[in-house]
Amino acid sequence: MDMVLAVIVAKYNYWVYVVLMMIGFYAMIGKRNLVKKLIGMNIFQTAIILMFVSAGVKHGAKIPILDKYEVLKHGVDATGVVNPLPHVLMLTAIVVAVSITGVALAILLRIYREYGTLEEDEILEKLGK
Amino acid sequence: MSASNLHMYVMIAPLLTAFFVNLLGRRSRAWLAPLALGSLAFSSLASLVVLGRVVRSGGYRYTVGNWTPPFGIELVVDHLSALMLVLISLVALAATLSALKSAEQELPGREHLFFTLYLILIAGLMGLVLTADAFNLYVLLEITSITTYGLIAMGKGRAPLASFNYIIMGSIGACFYLLGVGYLYLMTGTLNMADIARILPDISGGAAVATALAFMLVGLWVKMALFPLHGWLPSAYSLAPTGAALLVAPLMTKVTIYLMVRVMFSIFSVDYLFLQNPLVQSGIVWAAAIGIVCASALALAQRNLKRMLTYIIVAEVGYMVGGVWLANSTGMTGALLHIVNDALMTLCLFLAAAAIYYRLGSLDFDRLQGIYRKMPVTMAAFTVGAFSMIGVPPTAGFFSKWYLILGGIESGHWEYVAALLFSSLVNAVLFFRIIEIGYFFKSGEHHGHELREEAPLLMQVPLLISAVALIVIGLGSGPLVDSVIRMALPGGF
Amino acid sequence: MDYQTSIWPLAAILISLLGAIPIMLSGRSPNLRESWTLLAALGKVAIVVALLPAVLAGGGYEFVIAEVLPGVPLALRVDAMGMFFALVASILWFFTSLYSIGYMRALKEHAQTRYFASFAVAISATIGVAFAANLLTLYLFYEMLSLSTYPLVTHEQNAEARTSGRKYLTYILGTSIGLALPAMLIVYALTGTLDFKSGGILAGSGASPQVLGLVLVLFLFGFAKSGIMPFHGWLPAAMVAPTPVSSFLHGVAVVKVGVFSILRVIFHIFGADLLLDVNLGVVITSIASITILVASLVALTQDNLKRRLAYSTIGQLSYMILGAGMLSAAGMTGGLLHIAMHAFGKITLFFCAGAIFVAAGKKYISQMDGLGRQMPITYLAFMFGSLSIIGMPPLGGFISKWNLVIGAVSSDQLLLLVVLLVSSLLNAAYFLPIVYRGFFARAADPVFDEGIREAPLFCLIPLSMTACASLALFFYPDIFLRLAQLALFP
Repeated sequence: MDMVLAVIVAKYNYWVYVVLMMIGFYAMIGKRNLVKKLIGMNIFQTAIILMFVSAGVKHGAKIPILDKYEVLKHGVDATGVVNPLPHVLMLTAIVVAVSITGVALAILLRIYREYGTLEEDEILEKLGK
Repeated sequence: MSASNLHMYVMIAPLLTAFFVNLLGRRSRAWLAPLALGSLAFSSLASLVVLGRVVRSGGYRYTVGNWTPPFGIELVVDHLSALMLVLISLVALAATLSALKSAEQELPGREHLFFTLYLILIAGLMGLVLTADAFNLYVLLEITSITTYGLIAMGKGRAPLASFNYIIMGSIGACFYLLGVGYLYLMTGTLNMADIARILPDISGGAAVATALAFMLVGLWVKMALFPLHGWLPSAYSLAPTGAALLVAPLMTKVTIYLMVRVMFSIFSVDYLFLQNPLVQSGIVWAAAIGIVCASALALAQRNLKRMLTYIIVAEVGYMVGGVWLANSTGMTGALLHIVNDALMTLCLFLAAAAIYYRLGSLDFDRLQGIYRKMPVTMAAFTVGAFSMIGVPPTAGFFSKWYLILGGIESGHWEYVAALLFSSLVNAVLFFRIIEIGYFFKSGEHHGHELREEAPLLMQVPLLISAVALIVIGLGSGPLVDSVIRMALPGGF
Repeated sequence: MDYQTSIWPLAAILISLLGAIPIMLSGRSPNLRESWTLLAALGKVAIVVALLPAVLAGGGYEFVIAEVLPGVPLALRVDAMGMFFALVASILWFFTSLYSIGYMRALKEHAQTRYFASFAVAISATIGVAFAANLLTLYLFYEMLSLSTYPLVTHEQNAEARTSGRKYLTYILGTSIGLALPAMLIVYALTGTLDFKSGGILAGSGASPQVLGLVLVLFLFGFAKSGIMPFHGWLPAAMVAPTPVSSFLHGVAVVKVGVFSILRVIFHIFGADLLLDVNLGVVITSIASITILVASLVALTQDNLKRRLAYSTIGQLSYMILGAGMLSAAGMTGGLLHIAMHAFGKITLFFCAGAIFVAAGKKYISQMDGLGRQMPITYLAFMFGSLSIIGMPPLGGFISKWNLVIGAVSSDQLLLLVVLLVSSLLNAAYFLPIVYRGFFARAADPVFDEGIREAPLFCLIPLSMTACASLALFFYPDIFLRLAQLALFP
């Protein structure tokens, strides 16, 4: 039991992302309100972004801004700086997520203008008529 | 323009043009046709040159801005990606010709917006086939998806709702893929496909790698609408504006299958995929076979031409996924050849559907009566496309199906063989139902002299070209397989 | 045997395929359109006959259209067996073209342009099947024939035509995609080739008798154009087509393409020796015997003349398959010969049925009492045709049936002899009453007892000529006999 707890605590960042992801996934699949679906999607994407970012963390490491002359003299101590690549990647992923959200919101606006509601059930009911 | 980075210009031409289409097309729609067609014609020619060079002197890798991999962005121009580049630019060119007419009719005043998205989508697809970097692949996948969401939402009626559904499903797929990339990055510390492939064999941690593969595959399957993850596709494709469906239907699923092949064989090895997990391999073939049967059966229930075609697309996805996972070179050849053939068949059928819709304003079966007399040229081309879907020689569809079924026989996957034969028979029923409806008349107007009312020339020309191409590619499938497809088979086959 | 490379086999196919284009373009001027049809028909006969001497000398021609699959090109080859069939088909197409003109004009049919164009495509496909050098090429033209005959079968475009057309395609396409295609793929997977070779290609493949049996049955039923039971239902249904279509396509081209394909598979894919080794001949002969007997019995009950002819055709087609299945020299020769003999006889019968319909408007045998006295030439021709099919001398059918009988005796398959004799009696029982009632029965409607009322000359000439040809084939069967022997024993 202690072992399991130790693993959970040691990798708590991953557990957080798993939980967040499940919440988002549930909202996307289970919720009947279109905006809630969209929010679920955002949570889902944020979870993955957090996973990437937390992968770059190193205990006691500094931000990856290096002094050029220092580096030329002594080289880089990789343990001393945080891995910047995941952050850079996630900047792109955030851009992607924002664009999708933007497009989705625009589409939701059109749906609302057309049907006067964002509840999936009500829309289907109106379509059925 | 140096010759060694010609493939870059293939991709950049539609991307740059997209902005000019938006700026100039806003003022006058007269700009649209020359800009869009000009850039795509350029891309087509350039991609043919690239393919010719690859066939002559082999594939190559290209580093953008001379940043050496694994740090820089790497593009791969091999037989397969060069072939896909040609396919995308030619299909896009043909689709654009017809889309110009249908957008004029369906989206008056918004054509410049439509074509802006349209061209960005084409550029995104080209980028997808070129990239050799797992993360870039994600970004480009989302570029194509976002533009597609927008294009579909421009349709009438329920289109926005279908598009929103697609957004949710598409995002799940893309996020799964990204998650898989994340696992691989955590394990290997790199995103360059070749680099990952180099490091992977030395890594212990089988579960994490397997999870990564599973996430990436499922993500791509959602994007390619493999049964039973296909729910979003029929509505999205059939409600999209005709012009958008013309481009998206032939290319999107096919490019995603290309991505599956790329991810499977550039990152993982044949040995890892097939030999170490034979159960997974045959499980996927079984799933594909069941998917083919179910999607074909669902197609039977449709009463609208376009919806029927979308279910056929879902069935065809099963063909190719199954072919890739048969794990022999015949099946793989069949799958790659079918990517090309299916893109052309779908193009031909959707072009015909677009032409009919342009005149009739509907594609419901009961509106199609007597259509052979009304639009003989369109229906002649439609018939060729239908024969190719059924798999009648010498149309292209027969030959890829031949390889796929043969691959199934060689590997002993009789369920896949049976599913393909079943689907061919169902396709025969589906298309002859339409041919019958179109050939006969309503009971009241026997021998009625309906006016001949063909679609405009701009829609007929690409349609006829695609129909002829189906026969030419069919007759030329021997050389095509020998000089391109066989070389494009991933290492290990 | 060496084959010279030559483009003429392709030309023999293309002449009518390309001929379809001017036919379609000259739809507004029927005389011009029909000249194109006749020109293409004559050209086709000329090309086929020009290829004949080399084949009779033991050679032949080859042409590769395209390399499509590894080891299996789309290729044409003029060998003795293909020549045999091409000769029959091209000569009869010429007669049918003449007859079509008379028939279609007399009845003022609609959409004649589409009719003649589809007909031209169908005959191209038939010659393509004859000249196919391998199974893939044969399959290609087989399917082309299925599809090009759909507009002909459904020509009337009414509800009945729609039902029949649906049935036609279901049977023909369903079996070819569902059975023949997988059989072909299995053969390819076993041998890596689909080439027609005398002695067969499956001989050294090491396939087990069970697999061979499965493939054989798949082929037998897969080529459902041969009307083998239980996949025969399309043929009576297809009789809604105009009579020239029934006579040529469903008396000669389409059905014999089915039989020809099966014979090709038996002789040149399996090879008689292999079938003897694994004792599969009995599978073929038993399926064929059942079809022969059942079809002949059903034919007795049909009152619609064309339907009776259709069931007779189903039975006669299985004679050819039966002969091949005997796997004895005489039996196989008889089976192959029956393709030609039955073709000339049956087309005469169909022509007569059409002529009766054009001149008197009668479809049912029970209404034809006394009609022979108005249409003596037609009925005389009908008698020739029926005697040939029954197998009486001095008509061509005797030669093939004689060979079949010898084949059954020489291979000690006396049961098959019984089948042949019983069936010949049944043939006589369903044909001769028609002739008898035509000449001697009292007409129900005395209006018809006034002088001669024959069909137009365009109908009458072809049917007299095919009847005479049936007669001539008894005395001069040499060319066909020689071709059959060259095909079977090179």
